[in-house]
Amino acid sequence: MTEATPDTVGAARTTGTPADETPTIHILWINAGLSCDGDSVALTAAMQPSIEEIVLGALPGLPKIAVHWPLIDFECGPVGGADTFIEWFFKGERGEIDPFVLVVEGSVPNEAIKPEGYWCGFGDNPETGQPITTSEWIDRLAPKALAVVAIGTCATYGGIHAMAGNPTGAMGVPDYLGWDWKSQAGIPIVCVPGCPIQPDNFAETLTYLLYQATGAAPMIPLDDKLRPTWLFGATVHEGCDRAGYYEEGEFAESYDSPKCLVKIGCWGPVVKCNVPKRGWMNGIGGCPNVGGICIACTMPGFPDKFMPFMDEPPGAKVSRTGSSVYGAVVRRLRTITARTVDKEPKWRRTGERITTGYRPPW
Amino acid sequence: MAARTKAAGDGSGLVEMSWDPITRIVGSLGIHTKIDFKQKRVAECYSTSSVFRGYSVFMRGKDPRDAHFITSRICGICGDNHATCSVYTQNMAYGVKPPHLGEWIINLGESAEYMFDHNIFQENLVGVDYCEKMVKETNPGVLELAERTEAPHAAEHGYRTIADIMRSLNPLEGEFYREALQVSRYTREMFCLMEGRHVHPSTLYPGGVGTVASVQLFTDYMSRLMRYVEFMKRVVPLHDDLFDFFYEALPGYEEVGRRRVLLGCWGALNDPEYCDFTYANMTNWGRRMFVTPGVIVDGKLVTNDLTEINLGIRILLGSSYYEDWQGQEQFVTQDPLGNPVDPRHPWNQHTIPAPQKRDFDDKYSWVMSPRWFDGKDHLALDTGGGPIARLWSTALSGLVDIGYVKATGHSVVINLPRTMTKPETTFEWKIPEWSNALERNRARTYFQAYAAAVALHCAEMGLEEVRAGRTQTWEKFEVPDESIGCGFTEAVRGVLSHHMVIRDGKIANYHPYPPTPWNASVRDSYGTPGPYEDAVQNTPIFEENSPENFKGIDIMRTVRSFDPCLPCGVHMYVGGGKTVKSLHMPTGLSGLGG
Repeated sequence: MTEATPDTVGAARTTGTPADETPTIHILWINAGLSCDGDSVALTAAMQPSIEEIVLGALPGLPKIAVHWPLIDFECGPVGGADTFIEWFFKGERGEIDPFVLVVEGSVPNEAIKPEGYWCGFGDNPETGQPITTSEWIDRLAPKALAVVAIGTCATYGGIHAMAGNPTGAMGVPDYLGWDWKSQAGIPIVCVPGCPIQPDNFAETLTYLLYQATGAAPMIPLDDKLRPTWLFGATVHEGCDRAGYYEEGEFAESYDSPKCLVKIGCWGPVVKCNVPKRGWMNGIGGCPNVGGICIACTMPGFPDKFMPFMDEPPGAKVSRTGSSVYGAVVRRLRTITARTVDKEPKWRRTGERITTGYRPPW
Repeated sequence: MAARTKAAGDGSGLVEMSWDPITRIVGSLGIHTKIDFKQKRVAECYSTSSVFRGYSVFMRGKDPRDAHFITSRICGICGDNHATCSVYTQNMAYGVKPPHLGEWIINLGESAEYMFDHNIFQENLVGVDYCEKMVKETNPGVLELAERTEAPHAAEHGYRTIADIMRSLNPLEGEFYREALQVSRYTREMFCLMEGRHVHPSTLYPGGVGTVASVQLFTDYMSRLMRYVEFMKRVVPLHDDLFDFFYEALPGYEEVGRRRVLLGCWGALNDPEYCDFTYANMTNWGRRMFVTPGVIVDGKLVTNDLTEINLGIRILLGSSYYEDWQGQEQFVTQDPLGNPVDPRHPWNQHTIPAPQKRDFDDKYSWVMSPRWFDGKDHLALDTGGGPIARLWSTALSGLVDIGYVKATGHSVVINLPRTMTKPETTFEWKIPEWSNALERNRARTYFQAYAAAVALHCAEMGLEEVRAGRTQTWEKFEVPDESIGCGFTEAVRGVLSHHMVIRDGKIANYHPYPPTPWNASVRDSYGTPGPYEDAVQNTPIFEENSPENFKGIDIMRTVRSFDPCLPCGVHMYVGGGKTVKSLHMPTGLSGLGG
């Protein structure tokens, strides 16, 4: 693949695509849901692959892409003037960039519950001079998108901003568009939960979708909560390196203990997330594996069903008590075995005779 | 066509322009201006934020121990600052003092946050405003001069000319741009070692941290830290060369983004030898922080007393989408020392959203107007993006003296030890002549070195605890039925305070005040504009483009120098009564698809 300079690609892209080339896939990124931009920021930490590798096409077979991403976009010109970032979203609406993938970051507030104004806006309506709400952008763009991707637990399921008592009536993209919604290409909403997303989880999902768009990969496998199955199939606990303590009935009483944190707030056994197994970035960091209770930030029930975070999950008590009894026995037996295996076999010694079982011919 | 052009309807001959959404910042900020192209000045500016989430509303009635987990989600790039500040607040409210090692670990995490965040923002977000591609599109004459100008510190950073530095900052294709992305990753690894994950920490708790302190933990951190120290030995001279060049190339550029020196710093990185998290001793332990708190007006230190700083905070309305809380219940009438607490203080704030149409003559933003009351005036303090206020305040107080860092009363001396390929190096940040865009940016680079230097001290202190066998990092506590707490720290972008009231064991009131509400605040009830508005209004235009091709780079440099951090958008209408049809060919990230 020839690496194009930014200028030449930009030139090729604006006026459509020559017939013999695969079309450039545009990514329209709306970060103006009820969000903190944490998912955008987290993606810059991805290394498998990194954003520069995705954008510069460093993996074989990736299509050309043009990312319209507020966080690091070069474009910053005035509305209606030179290099206006928001103009790409109007182009998407007018069908001038095809295909495009719509990425939504942040939850979608309910704009219908108040007499006027807006909970969140992204760009201005040239007719009224008022902000265009995020939900209006979703209405305008989703029907034309190749795929809609919800990044982060806010966009997928509502998340923190949809907590009980919130004033905005916030919800996730599937709540807004409908859980059965499918894009014109037949792709369901793709949900990558996490607060924020684990960096490589999102980079990997995006890469998958780009391969799918070229025809190289089959329909992205999603579970009934629209999560990529290969990333969210297992629980935190199944990948947690402190699970051994659980089995042996050893539970931390204080947060700085290296033992299992279930008794002091960890929800790992019932939460679908791969962080302890994968690490946070480059295999470093995590949650319960490094002393941070799992608060279930990837789940549809987050956060309300897991608060107060620092209390023991009610369901954990029964199984933990069981494990305490059984685990104590297991631990005692293992201590005996461990003492044996901690010793070297007796033939490793100095002396004039070999006692390994070998019979010397001399 | 989205283009909308209009002359200001007031017969002034000004041109209305807006930017929405502003890219290369975090979150939502809008800048709406009236520009006088004849005088080449920005005449008026309005800052607007278009996202409301309502943390202080939905936190009411929740368990206080959830506060740091929840408030972290306020911000996706400095959420850990909130978690830290919340943990400080809870420590005060619960009366718990974490073990020293727990505090050193938090300091190391937060130092790594500064190192990561300033690096990615400076090189990958702000840096693009000074890259070859941008300068070519806005000031071709300046680029020509840059090609002919040898970089004074080429020996330190390896770029022969200023234009070579600019080229290295071009998005993605620039060598230094890509290196900085990598640096932003290993600094986040450092952060994750101490706080579990980025940006919302997993291992922070009231009472300390869950991080298991071992020799390995500190070795893994220290080896990365020394790589960063070596990196800073190239980066400080590189940015000095770049920013000094702009003063030389564009005489008068010191006026860009300049405003009166009105700086706030709430102090950061506690010294566990002194900090006991009690309100009664806050004045003393505040002065022992490794970044000294301070309010600076016209270059003079007004106070470095955290208690005084706390009592002076006022939240005004005027142009924001909220109903006033005057006459509502006052939660805290006196602080724990018996000082009166104002009804407009965050401890007593009620957040009553009132969504409505945006009207720049009336209400136009979801941001309120925090001010600092000096007994006479409600000062619209800014943080200058954080570093300039931190260095200025620390320098003036002259209290920090830890070997790696020494405050002199007029400067801050940063001593970096020998690294793999570079000798011991000393940098001195001197109080600048102006509070302007370039000096905010310069301070950001120097503060990266500062954070690395403080981290060296904290890592040594932490490792000493581990070697002595004092590996406890967390202390037990009880949540009282009735209590109040406040926390002060410096988020990456500047002042951060959390104020909490506990009643019946639940959160009765919680108000976080990050730096951006100060910087992006709007005209208050006295009509005083917020810092962005004020700084942009004073900004002269050096861009060579005609109004039709105008990008507003000097305005963008002004706004980005403050390192905005709200989910915001910026609006700009090209005026002059004619429709602008020609669009620049977009470059940068969009369009880099190989």
